[in-house]
Amino acid sequence: MSEDLTYRRPISTWWWLRKRSYFLFVMRELSSIFVAWLVLYLLLFVRAVFEGEEAYRDFLDRASSGPLLVLNVLAFGFLLLHTVTWFGVTPQAMDLRVRGQKVPKGAILGAQYVALVVVSGFVFWLVAR
Amino acid sequence: MKRRVEPLMWLGFSGGGVAAAIFLPMLAFLCALAFPLGWVGPPSHDDLLTVFEHPLTRLALLALFAAMLVHAAHRFRFTLYDGLQIKARLLVAVTCYGAALVMMIFAVDVLTT
Amino acid sequence: MTQKTTEARIELRVARYRPDKDREPGWQEYDVPLREEWTVLDGLNHLKDKVDTTLAFRWSCRMGICGSCGMNVNGEPRLTCATFLSDYAPGPVRVEPLANFPVVRDLVVDLTDFMEKLPTVKPWIIRDDDALPDQDGEIDGEYLQTPEELDAYKQFSMCINCMLCYAACPVYGLDPDFVGPAAIALAERYDLDSRDQGARERLDVLIEHEGVYGCTFVGECTRVCPKHVDPAGAIQRYKLKAAQESVKAFLLPALPKRLRGGR
Repeated sequence: MSEDLTYRRPISTWWWLRKRSYFLFVMRELSSIFVAWLVLYLLLFVRAVFEGEEAYRDFLDRASSGPLLVLNVLAFGFLLLHTVTWFGVTPQAMDLRVRGQKVPKGAILGAQYVALVVVSGFVFWLVAR
Repeated sequence: MKRRVEPLMWLGFSGGGVAAAIFLPMLAFLCALAFPLGWVGPPSHDDLLTVFEHPLTRLALLALFAAMLVHAAHRFRFTLYDGLQIKARLLVAVTCYGAALVMMIFAVDVLTT
Repeated sequence: MTQKTTEARIELRVARYRPDKDREPGWQEYDVPLREEWTVLDGLNHLKDKVDTTLAFRWSCRMGICGSCGMNVNGEPRLTCATFLSDYAPGPVRVEPLANFPVVRDLVVDLTDFMEKLPTVKPWIIRDDDALPDQDGEIDGEYLQTPEELDAYKQFSMCINCMLCYAACPVYGLDPDFVGPAAIALAERYDLDSRDQGARERLDVLIEHEGVYGCTFVGECTRVCPKHVDPAGAIQRYKLKAAQESVKAFLLPALPKRLRGGR
């Protein structure tokens, strides 16, 4: 028996549509593009502010409708997916012990959301007041 | 011990992931949705300028954006490699981190005006 | 035994592949009794016994500890001895060979890849000191371990090498070079064992691209593991550990191993 007759099953390009967990995973990974886009958008925003009152108003106007707004809504959705999934996997990835006791996963999850609220509050206070 | 750059890229990816998860939501919500749509403010130009031109803000934004870009580049690299099966490992890595580098240069340019 | 005329049945759609006759795998539909306590494995054994002796599949303990009977049931990697037919009623139940492995025949897969990868992570106690003989010339290989020290690695020692995690892992499916969940979990099991001193040796293998950093934390491996090993958790912890060692290696190259905290 010199010939290798084992059959290697091919993986479809659409493997990630076959299971909900795979689909969510791929969406999570694609959130990276939207994170990069939001960074670019924020840089353009800051640049508009530096360019002056008119540039700033103009920028806000352009961002308030059309494809740019749609993109930003989509991007924000993906960003939330990133945040929720990131917080969700961190407890599994860490073995945190305080004085020999394992820190419960719920505590790690909760702490992250607390951090989100605190930082968000700080950013809001800094930028929106 | 063997020296490999991959673990360091992963550290960057992790740090950037935390930065994106914690800092980006409110920043993006305000600047991309709330301000343009008038849900909040928008603040006057002078107020925003005061915040953004402060050296601490510039530094913080630069560091945060850099981290987020490394995160995005690293994650997208694996999406290309595993997802689209583009097995040219070095080319994919250079393209992704290279794009992040280009964006970082733009960030430095904007934030050091 | 007289057959009850109203005995419930369930259809099994079983993947068949006869390398001497088939160019590629196909399906064959069978009908098995739907008994409340029957597992998919019971169904397969019924088929082989009463209906089609040519059906080939692996099994052994039929109680979820040997790891032999892993197959894809309705697309999910499962131990067929732990998968009840009644959970899939009214059926049909699709039974395929374990995903991501080459098919040898019918439901039997080739596990050579894993068999070759496992020894590369050195899943055994490695010690710097050789066990020395005592005054009677006897080697006393007894090492003491506290319950806390056992707890540190016990979860990862529960792996039964059933390969369901490999079948669930899309990275392994897309990149067969990836060393895979079970192998990394087993490496971590030994790294965390207080008797072991081989962490640095394993690190050299797992720090490569096909090692831990090929993992993108899909998490499916942990979800399908019948022994709750949590290989995904083991891999992420390993990534952090390897990253910490890397930072040290880059920053403190001149210090001897002992001072750098290596074992």
